[in-house]
Order: sequence, then structure tokens, then C-alpha cells
Amino acid sequence: MLKILKYSFYDLMRSRWSYVYFAFYFLLGIVLLFLNNDLSKAVITLMNVIIVLVPLIGTIFGVMYYYNNKEFTELLLAQPLKRSSIFLGQYLGVAISLSMSLILGLGIPFVFYGLFESSAIWDFSLLIITGTFLTLIFTALAFNIALSNENKIKGFGYAILLWLFLAIIYDGLFLMTLIMFEDYPLDKLSLIGTMLNPIDLSRTLILLKLDISALLGYTGAVFKQFFGTSFGLIVSFIMLSVWVLLPVSRIIFKSKKKDF
Amino acid sequence: MVIIENLHKKFGKNQVLSGVDLTINEGGIFAVLGPNGSGKTTLIKSVLGMVIPNKGNITVLGENIKKNSEYRHKIDYLPQIANFPSNLKVKELIKMIKDLRKPTTEDKRLIELFKIESFLDKKLGQLSGGTKQKVNLVLTFMFDSPLIILDEPTTGLDPISLIRLKDLIKAEKAKGKTILITSHIMSFVEEVSDEIVFILEGKIYFKGSIQELKTKTQQPDFEHAIASILSDNHA
Repeated sequence: MLKILKYSFYDLMRSRWSYVYFAFYFLLGIVLLFLNNDLSKAVITLMNVIIVLVPLIGTIFGVMYYYNNKEFTELLLAQPLKRSSIFLGQYLGVAISLSMSLILGLGIPFVFYGLFESSAIWDFSLLIITGTFLTLIFTALAFNIALSNENKIKGFGYAILLWLFLAIIYDGLFLMTLIMFEDYPLDKLSLIGTMLNPIDLSRTLILLKLDISALLGYTGAVFKQFFGTSFGLIVSFIMLSVWVLLPVSRIIFKSKKKDF
Repeated sequence: MVIIENLHKKFGKNQVLSGVDLTINEGGIFAVLGPNGSGKTTLIKSVLGMVIPNKGNITVLGENIKKNSEYRHKIDYLPQIANFPSNLKVKELIKMIKDLRKPTTEDKRLIELFKIESFLDKKLGQLSGGTKQKVNLVLTFMFDSPLIILDEPTTGLDPISLIRLKDLIKAEKAKGKTILITSHIMSFVEEVSDEIVFILEGKIYFKGSIQELKTKTQQPDFEHAIASILSDNHA
């Protein structure tokens, strides 16, 4: 698996898109930090960008990489390699190179800004960790979609729909449910609802870490009580890990049964 | 060498292989023939473990291939369509495949044989179809495995490379290897193969030498013998 991982990673590191993605975060980091001069505002803006963009890029890149490398995958399948190592290697290659672009692209401007002396280092670390989790999650989901759909256009369509659902539609439905049942106690429901969507979960985690939960009213207080504690933090990270592990195990399962 | 028992494969509603029984003995060149869509590639891919059969058993060199990947160390496979990662250089691809399988020095001789030295530093995306096929052939023949599977090896090759390929195949056979070929070029098949296997509608229709096929169909030449099978079966 490590050999496949190495080659996919090098292959992607050489592609123009990794640099574009890196450059985007790099410029964003520089602009936000050096033109704004307010670190916590910069982190919030970055959060808003990361929460939407990381899943989108993860899904599109994942699907694109799978379809583009289809013939090559077939060449690998005829070699004495296990199927699970081929697909896990490719998945990790994509996910790790995307994460690298994110970590380096944001990390370098922050380091120059003087991250290590500032108190924002924990906020920043959380931002990077959730960003990496989101990359791992959405690349895995993208591989799942691509493995299940022979048709490229369909695969892309489902991938975009998935992103649209989790990034936008889910929130809308969630909000509507909350409004419809506003007469009932909703704290438990909204906690569970947040847990079930990795994007919402990441957003809540960062917002609460930034101590602006007062803006969220009563629910904010409930959330703060839960996510603010180390128990809540651990549960959230477990949930994010589950979100990685489930699609990854389906990649292994699905790839073993697929015909090429 | 290869034993296939009662192999069934369905893609959706499309029954491609329905009960193939085939034994391929060690040594010699076997051509797998059949009309388009008869299941030749599916059969070959089943042997390679790329297609997972619905039913049936395949044994390669005494090993059952189910849930096994080690047996592929003993197979060299030439895929039908050579499409490699386009931003990889030819020599990097060769190095990579060697790294994934095992070290070999045979590639130098093959690169010389097919005259692709000048392409080694080019990216695979820039190569013509024929040159890609030559790279494909180098990748296949550089490992000295006892079983060689070639899916349409002649695609895109110029006449001189075709002659070199035939010589190469004959040389491999002389080493006692078993070679499975699919091709639509009948003259090529007639020239190189010892035995042919004809697949029709997912079953083995005929297995034997070309001479036996001519006798069976009462046709004077190979091409007409094949054509007569096809027209008799309305395929």
C-alpha cells in the first residue's frame, strides 16, 4: 500500500492543481493576516472558507482522480497487489496531498505572522485539524461515489449533490425542523443533528472554541456545555473519525467485489 | 497450468460467460477467439482476478485465485488499451512497475528491441498509440513469468514492430512458457498459435488445432473456417 501511496502522492504533487490549491490558501492566509491584523477575525473568516471549500475540493478531486486514473488502476490490478492496498493507497495519496496543500498554505503565512507567540495557536490548530478531517472524509465519500458509478457524469453529479446537501441543504432542513418544533425542547435533537453532519460538527467545534457562542443564544449555551467540555471535544473527534472510517471501510468492501 | 471450471459471469442482465470449462496445459501458444462481445476479455480478466465470477473455479499453477493476489507474480499481462498516467515519463513508469513487482534488467533489451530509447524521457501523454503499445509490451515482457496473457497485442503496431513482436512471442514459447492471446487479426493468430479456443455466446465452442478446425468446418483456410462458424451460428 505504501508504494501505491507514494506514487499517487508524487503524481499529485506534480500536478498543477495541487499548487493552485496551495497558492489559494497561501494568498488567503496572507491577505487575511497582514491586511486585517486581527487574528481571531482572520480565523473566523478562514473557518467559513474552509468549512465550505475543503469538502467541495475534496469531493471533486477525489472523483476526478479516480476517473482519470481508471486505466492505470486496471494496470495495477493485474499486478500482484491486493485490491485494498491499491485503493487505500490511492485514497490516501489524494487525501494527504490535499491536506498538505491546506496545512502548508495556511501554516506558512501564520508562522510568519508569529503564530507561535500568539494565543491563537490552539484556534489555528483546531482549524487545521478539522480541515484535515474534512479532507479525509470527503475524499473517502468521493471515492465511494466513483467506485459505485461507472458513468463519469453521474459520478460527478452525485458528488456535487452530496456536497450541496451536507454544506447547504442539511442546514436548511435542520433549521426548518427547529422552527417547526420550537415549542418542544430541542437541545438534544440539535446536538444529534449537528453530530450527524461533519461540516456542521466542524463549524460548531470551531465557533465554540472561539468563544463567540454567546451569539448563539440558548442553544449556544447548551452547545457550549457539551462541546466546550473535554468530553464533548472527545465525542466530536470520535464522530469525525467515524465519518472517516465508515466510508473508508466501504471503499475496501466495495473494491473487493467490483469488476474491472 | 490454468484450469477453469464451470465459469459463470453476468454483468447486470447480460450473461457474458455461461459455464466455461477450459484447461490450458503448460507450454505453447493459445489463441482465444470469438466475435465481438463473446466474452474473451471477460474470460481473461477472470483469470487475472479483475473480474469476479458469479460461479465457478479458476486455478492458476495449482493455486485457487479466489481472494489471492500472490499468483499474479507468475502472470505477465498486456492490457487491451494502454492508457497510462499522462504526466509520468516512460522511464519513470518502467521504474515504478519494477518497484511494484520485482527488479529486472530485461527492460533494457526490450527497449532496444522496440527502439523506444528516444521516448524514455517523454511523458506518456505525448506518445502516439503505437508507441504506447510498445511501452506496454516492454512492461509486459520484462518480467520472466511462466504465464503470459496478451489482449490484442498487435493494436497500433507498425509492420516492423509486428515482426519483432512475433519473434519475441516465439522466443518466449521456446523457453517453455504458456502464452494466451486474443486477437482479431486472423493471419497473426494463424502464424503464431499452436491451439485455438473459440468462444461463442459465453461457452467454449471449439478447442483444438487450426488443422482440426479446418477439418471440422470443411473450409480450406483458417479465415474462412472462422467465418463459417460465425455465419452458421448467426453471430
